[in-house]
Amino acid sequence: MAASPSDDWPLFEVFIRSRSGLEHKHVGSLHAADARMAVEHARDVYTRRQEGVSIWVVRSTDIIASDPEEADALFEPARDKVYRHPTFYSIPDEVKNL
Amino acid sequence: MYTQALDSLGKECEPGEGADEARLEARFQSRVDADEKIEPKDWMPEAYRQTLIRQISQHAHSEIVGMLPEGNWISRAPTLRRKAVLIAKVQDEGGHGMYLYSAAETLGISRAEMLQQLLTGAAKYSSIFNYPTLTWADVGAIGWLVDGAAIMNQIPICRCSYGPYARAMVRICKEESFHQRQGFEIMLSLARGTSAQHEMAQDALNRWWWPSLMMFGPSDAQSRHTEQSMRWKIKRFTNDELRQKFIDITAPQAAFLGLSIPDPHLSWDEGSGHFRFGAIDWSEFQAVLKGNGPCNRERLEARRKANDEGAWVREAAAAYALKQRARASAHASAEAVTAARAQSAATQGEHS
Repeated sequence: MAASPSDDWPLFEVFIRSRSGLEHKHVGSLHAADARMAVEHARDVYTRRQEGVSIWVVRSTDIIASDPEEADALFEPARDKVYRHPTFYSIPDEVKNL
Repeated sequence: MYTQALDSLGKECEPGEGADEARLEARFQSRVDADEKIEPKDWMPEAYRQTLIRQISQHAHSEIVGMLPEGNWISRAPTLRRKAVLIAKVQDEGGHGMYLYSAAETLGISRAEMLQQLLTGAAKYSSIFNYPTLTWADVGAIGWLVDGAAIMNQIPICRCSYGPYARAMVRICKEESFHQRQGFEIMLSLARGTSAQHEMAQDALNRWWWPSLMMFGPSDAQSRHTEQSMRWKIKRFTNDELRQKFIDITAPQAAFLGLSIPDPHLSWDEGSGHFRFGAIDWSEFQAVLKGNGPCNRERLEARRKANDEGAWVREAAAAYALKQRARASAHASAEAVTAARAQSAATQGEHS
């Protein structure tokens, strides 16, 4: 039986900007021979109902991700810094516009 | 669209060996219990991974094979409007297959392997697609009943514990609603049409009713793995619960159409607030699953033919991509040489 496409075609991650003014958001992945084909496939797979005005594709192997096992250590430094939030500060009620 | 509870876990779920494994499993289960989503790189029990790979890939295969019975009617749709709708629907099924293959790949199986499993017949897909679409009314019945049953099955999976599967399912469910409504609309037109059209709609309901009920999978008493899948929050309701729910909402719709459901035992039970229904012929379900439905061989043959006949396109695309890359890198190195020469000429100029 003939080999199937993904033997040769790399995996791309797809990001879509749903409308102008919003950021691109990850929507899924697909296989394509090259980046241009990946954009064309992304159009057909992920925007059949006008879900996007712009598409980014990136080779999945080019994404560097943080390790979920290390998430605790990675994000721990922010945990005890409540003073980074406005609600940490008590201001008398009669002071306005703060 | 077409997930089916085929009731298969990847492996028997043996508790993990060793204290470390047990600790990880306990932590995993507590995350699932707390309704946290499990993401691709998170630790998960091997049996959970295998169960999901099997379920998601079967679901994906069902979408892809599901394009065939309806595709059969694209060239013969009665109006341009119906044709455009049917093309869009079949295209959606293809898209749903793609979302699901992509979700399954995050669990570590390659798409090539999944396709191979489908083409060799090693993988299952929903039994419903091994029935033929004999008349135009079948396209209506599929949308109304088959997509209706699929939606019933799939909405709870939007809350599945595995993030990529849940997200794919949200997207699919959003698109699915039009499928069911266009099917009901076809049934309504036929049911209100000439007596021959009405008869055609009734005939389609007669043939699709029982296979649609079988889409929910074996009864709870026969379903050995439901409990584990529910504990993992891959499954939220049992097969029988979903089937009952489907019958309860569909029976009044059939009455609205003026069509009769082919079950002499179907009756409203005031006490329980549910419809009672007759016994399902599970031997038919088992036969179809085993490959002996009316169209099993035809469906696989069509998939293999498409795969074989599309091979040259994939090869050409791969060759083109390779050539473009080679050209781009030749161009880049030529530019680098030119730049280096210019640089060296400039340096010499400074020195002279």
